[in-house]
Amino acid sequence: MNFWLWVLVAAAIAYLTKLLGYLVPAKVLANPRMSRVAGTLTIGLLASLTVVNAAASGTAVVLDARVGALVAAAVALWLKAPFLVVVIVGALAAAGLRLLGWP
Amino acid sequence: MNLRDSPAAKIGASIAIATGLYGVSFGALSVASGLDFWQTMALSLLLFSGGSQFAFIGVIAGGGTGLAAMSASALLGIRNGVYGMQLNALLRPTGWLRFAAAHVTIDESTATATGQVEPGERKRGFWVAGLGIYLLWNVFTAAGAFLGNALGDPRQWGLDGAAVAAFLGLLWPRIRAFQPAAIAVVCAVVTLLAVPFVAPGVPILVAALVAGLVGWFRRGGTPDHAPGRVGDGLEPDIEPYRHDAATRLPPPARPGRGEVSGQGDVLARGDAPAHGDAPGRHPESGVAP
Repeated sequence: MNFWLWVLVAAAIAYLTKLLGYLVPAKVLANPRMSRVAGTLTIGLLASLTVVNAAASGTAVVLDARVGALVAAAVALWLKAPFLVVVIVGALAAAGLRLLGWP
Repeated sequence: MNLRDSPAAKIGASIAIATGLYGVSFGALSVASGLDFWQTMALSLLLFSGGSQFAFIGVIAGGGTGLAAMSASALLGIRNGVYGMQLNALLRPTGWLRFAAAHVTIDESTATATGQVEPGERKRGFWVAGLGIYLLWNVFTAAGAFLGNALGDPRQWGLDGAAVAAFLGLLWPRIRAFQPAAIAVVCAVVTLLAVPFVAPGVPILVAALVAGLVGWFRRGGTPDHAPGRVGDGLEPDIEPYRHDAATRLPPPARPGRGEVSGQGDVLARGDAPAHGDAPGRHPESGVAP
């Protein structure tokens, strides 16, 4: 499947969203509800993306090595590891569990 | 002022290095998700908003459609529009500078600018962080994409586990109070429940709808931007490097916090260390650009 179209559309939307903040008078956009929605959306999306990448396989919920990566990453974050270290810990956990035979 | 003498420029530069480095993980994960090298580079060069970029490839990796990937990316980018308003009020860029400023309006450049008091320092912090991250993020995205292509089977190297860790790392610094934690849990559960019933990628949009409705109807607590508002992680302007600023450059960075919106949340920001030191709150694990 060719994703070029969607990559470019996503890029255009991202830029226009940023630009909108600069071009539209603050009075029009600056309301508390808008800020709240931006805040809750961000958290909800990131939580959902975490879960999908950890436990979804197509339309099935599975428990494989990625769940181990999730737990390992949480421990690393708890210990205040930098982002890059957290990512590497996640990779090591998943790769290690697969070496041990977990799918 | 010489950039070398500017505290804001120093903060901006250190943020740029830390953030730019993890462009490696984006590049590697993007080619592992199925995008090719140039599509990966297009996301970093043109879309340039880490959260949205990770969202895009996260949906693709899960078998979602380009439409679902684009939608998740667009929704996650809404906060950049809020940043744009804040920065427009703070920096007042004119002419073509506005169009350039918009492109580098991301979590980190916004946080660097709003953490300063003096207008000149705000500008220097914003541009050094924004342009520095843009440059390094793209260089390291390219490096990561090469690396990812060379690795072969991404699962063998645990790259799918790395993606999970990356998303948790983006979410973590925003969970600083009960409400964001509750929203995260609800959205996680909604996602799991939706997975078996809808096409891949769609559960993320269902969760986004739930989160948006919660934000729309949220009551209680202190209204946003009201005096005494406590930063609970739900405000869009997260400062991903609070610990950095506090430890490396306390005097110039601290007092500026209250001026973010200029609407009297000095008190709220003043007690930030109380929750700023909550478990897991970490500078380097801040949100991606």
